[in-house]
Amino acid sequence: MIRVQQEDFDIGAEIAQLKAPRSDTGAIVTFIGTVRDQQGAVTEMSLEHYPGMTERELQRIETEACARWPLQASLIVHRTGTLRPGDNIVLVVTASEHRDAAFDAAKFLMDYLKTSAPFWKRETGPGGSRWVEAPASDDASAARWKPKTAAE
Amino acid sequence: MRLLYFAWVKEKAGIAAEEIEPPADVATVAELIVWLKTRGPEFANAFARSEVIRAAIDQTHVRHNAKIAGAREIAFFPPVTGG
Repeated sequence: MIRVQQEDFDIGAEIAQLKAPRSDTGAIVTFIGTVRDQQGAVTEMSLEHYPGMTERELQRIETEACARWPLQASLIVHRTGTLRPGDNIVLVVTASEHRDAAFDAAKFLMDYLKTSAPFWKRETGPGGSRWVEAPASDDASAARWKPKTAAE
Repeated sequence: MRLLYFAWVKEKAGIAAEEIEPPADVATVAELIVWLKTRGPEFANAFARSEVIRAAIDQTHVRHNAKIAGAREIAFFPPVTGG
C-alpha cells in the first residue's frame, strides 16, 4: 500500500495494521527518513510533489518489490508540505517470512523512491532557502538493483 | 497539450502549468525544450541546463529523445530529491 499525505504517521499503528491480517510473518523491517538539522543550517524543509505521478511511481516500485521478493505486506508513506528538523518524512515497512527479503526489499524501495518518485525538497535556514540537489550516490544506489547483464 | 513545471524549473519559468500547441515540426522532448527556450528569457533561463532537466509524458519518466506525439501532459522538473 502507498500513501502521500501532509500529516505525520504513527509507526506503531502502521506496523500493527500491517501485521493484523496474518500470523505467519517472521520479519518486519521499517525505515524512517527524517529531516536533518545540519548544524543549524536547516530550520524548515518543504516538500513539493507531482500529484498523480507520485502515486503512480510509488505504486510501480512497490509492485516491482513484490515481484522480486516474497513479501507478505509492504507500505510506503511519504509526507509533503512544510516540515521541521526531527520530523518524519517517509516510512517504508516490509513484512516477510524471513528477514533477508524484508531487509532487501526495504532498501530497494528506498533506493528507487529516491531516484524516481517525483518529490523535491527545499531547505530553509538562516542563510535563506534553496532546492536540495540530488546526490550522484542516489543513482548509484538504485543502479545496484538493476538486473545484471551477461557481460557483468 | 498541457505542460507542467516543478521545483526550480517552475520558479525560473514563472509558471506552474499551461496549455500549449507547439509547432508541427517539434517531435521530441529535446525539440520541445529547444522551442520552449525561444519563448522568452524566463524559459531560456529555466532550461539553460537542459541536460539536467527530467521529463515525464503522461506521468511516466521519459528520456529527451522520446516522441511527444499524442501526449496529453508533459512535465519538466529537476532530478528528484524525496525520501
